[in-house]
Amino acid sequence: MLWVDKYRPRTLDKIIAHEEIAQNLKKLVSEHDCPHLLFYGPTGSGKKTLVMALLKQMFGPGVEKVKLENKMWKIDAGTRTIELELTMLSSTHHVEMNPSDAGFQDRYIVQEIIKEMARNRPVDTKGKKGFKVLVLNEVDKLSREAQHSLRRTMEKYSASCRLILCCNSSSKVTEAVRSRCLNIRVNAPTEEQIIKVLEFIGKKENLQLPPGLTARIAAQSNRNLRRAILSFETCRVQQYPFTINQALPPLDWEQYVSEIASDIMKEQSPKRLFSVRGKIYELLVNCIPPEIILKKLLSELLKKLDSELKHEVCHWAAYYEHRMRLGQKAIFHIEAFVANQSLVQMEPVSSFDHLKDSLCASFSRISYV
Amino acid sequence: MAPVVQSSQPWVEKYRPRQVKDVAHQDEVVRVLTNTLETANCPHMLFYGPPGTGKTTTALAISHQLFGPELYKSRVLELNASDDRGINVVRTKIKDFAAVAVGSGSRQGYPCPPYKIIILDEADSMTEDAQNALRRTMETYSKVTRFFFICNYISRIIEPLASRCAKFRFKPLSEGIMSSRILHICGEEGLTLDSEALSTLSSISQGDLRRAITYLQSAARLFGSSITSKDLISVSGVIPQEVVEAVFAACKSGDFDVANKEVNNVIAEGYPVSQMLYQLLEVIINNDDISDEQKARICKKLGEADKCLIDGADEYLQLMYVASHTIRALCDMPEELHFD
Ligand SMILES: Nc1ncnc2c1ncn2[C@@H]1O[C@H](COP(=O)(O)OP(=O)(O)OP(=O)(O)O)[C@@H](O)[C@H]1O
Ligand SMILES: [Mg+2]
Repeated sequence: MLWVDKYRPRTLDKIIAHEEIAQNLKKLVSEHDCPHLLFYGPTGSGKKTLVMALLKQMFGPGVEKVKLENKMWKIDAGTRTIELELTMLSSTHHVEMNPSDAGFQDRYIVQEIIKEMARNRPVDTKGKKGFKVLVLNEVDKLSREAQHSLRRTMEKYSASCRLILCCNSSSKVTEAVRSRCLNIRVNAPTEEQIIKVLEFIGKKENLQLPPGLTARIAAQSNRNLRRAILSFETCRVQQYPFTINQALPPLDWEQYVSEIASDIMKEQSPKRLFSVRGKIYELLVNCIPPEIILKKLLSELLKKLDSELKHEVCHWAAYYEHRMRLGQKAIFHIEAFVANQSLVQMEPVSSFDHLKDSLCASFSRISYV
Repeated sequence: MAPVVQSSQPWVEKYRPRQVKDVAHQDEVVRVLTNTLETANCPHMLFYGPPGTGKTTTALAISHQLFGPELYKSRVLELNASDDRGINVVRTKIKDFAAVAVGSGSRQGYPCPPYKIIILDEADSMTEDAQNALRRTMETYSKVTRFFFICNYISRIIEPLASRCAKFRFKPLSEGIMSSRILHICGEEGLTLDSEALSTLSSISQGDLRRAITYLQSAARLFGSSITSKDLISVSGVIPQEVVEAVFAACKSGDFDVANKEVNNVIAEGYPVSQMLYQLLEVIINNDDISDEQKARICKKLGEADKCLIDGADEYLQLMYVASHTIRALCDMPEELHFD
């Protein structure tokens, strides 16, 4: 088992990085009338861990007996029947799923599953009715329709089905849904907290830690606990006993993006643009989300530009990322950003005019594809 | 079988008014509906307004009061955004329900007027086609069926439907009314709330009573029966003022990298950027050192960023966009970029 899973705290009391939130959650569920919950915070900050520990607090060890199933949904939509397949993880007490995986049909899933849960309400021997918890991940990726269809459902079935929603950015969750939940912010752990976790793991694994190693890993992790633990484990696999100057595992694709940034800086020409395009395509094919690529590219470019141009590149990054959301193919917009950036950089040097013209031409070709 | 864990309803449901007269702050609609209860006359209705102001509550309450528990199921059809309400459903399910003729005569003390009610909650999520398909149904069966449309944005309801209804705007609850509802709940639940906490609660929930009740319940669970203003802020997700001030100060410094660091911190801490923009706006508007022209420049960018967020744009990039333009405005750098 990977360390990230092996050392995932199972109960609220064992949580290291978010002690305060954990203790609060414990109080929150002390009576069984807690409101719906919305957990939000950056990736790798530990939302999932908190949610699992919370479920255990509510229902006991039963929630750990989960089964993974690929469920077929047959949904009656008037004249036709829609068939959808979605993976879900469930125990007797809860169901966890990623409804946004159903794409634009996510709303059917949301409608159907909550109603089904409400219908099959658990009943004990004395005839008392209980409730189940539905954990929905990535609700910020749910379509607007799906979010709308959550609204009244959340109220109507609140006695039989409690929702736990998770997302990265709560700005993308509609006001009406947020107003129906207790919002819980899960911040990314600080570097000190990450170091604490790494040292805890080191102790459990009986490792000799050279001074500064955990701090370096924490610093490289960008406050992402999952990434820190993964790279700690990679270090262990690559070389043990550790040495003082042990190299940290490189982050492959990030390296790649920084090369792209250098490419853009070095030479501004259609030919270069073409080769950059290939590299970006490569990243996309490897399932690196386009907005992550764009942001990383921005941060690399920011390192190399003077302050006037920093404003410029930042403006365009926001502009093209927004367009990317509205458009269909991410590659066009990232490429447009790159082409635009090349233009911005050569602006002060007027002798490059002819080059600029040809770039302009290829730029406009791109943005009208 | 696993033991069942008991559940009871969250407070928002527990304290949902069951009678029209208990709906607070929406006097106009309450007056009209009280009249309905006496005369059994009722036009088609359209309720619109921000979340948590009592729209659904009112529609459900009047239906229950008109028909009582026995007839409710056969006389009231409640459809919300979680039900399929495409054009087909309008032509079949809704039409069939609307067409049924019903008798009159009060029963068990309920007026039971000779019509049915169709509640279309969250109607702003219905497609335009589906709404159009409703027009005929509404007209044809207006004798035996009343429609209640409920939505947040009236502009999403097509004009022909809206013009057939009596329209009521549900206002955000005023501070006074909000406080009295909250105090009522505090009384029932045995909580104490000082006056500072009470006014904090009203201001952070911005007229949304549902939100206020949720905050109250959460704070009660977390901090016990005596609740302070600080407790409420901590459950509300409002960004601490120092964090907002820090972002503003970083912009004022004029240094791009300083601002970038601060923005990164905001993102890592998980603060919602839409909320940040809102609070930043307050800080900027109320700052006397900034000229009106600068304020205007910044506000324009705040608006653009907010719109982009609604479209699903990235939070970091949008906040950075605002920060960068704020720096430029505060340092009187030209508004136009080099290459535009
Ligand atoms: N005017 C009011 N008087 C008394 N209670 C209210 C009022 N408005 C809201 N509430 C409280 O808030 C809760 C939610 O109200 P309701 O469901 O009517 O909101 P809504 O206007 O339908 O919101 P949405 O647009 O999000 O559907 C109710 O359960 C009730 O406890
Ligand atoms: Mg409602």
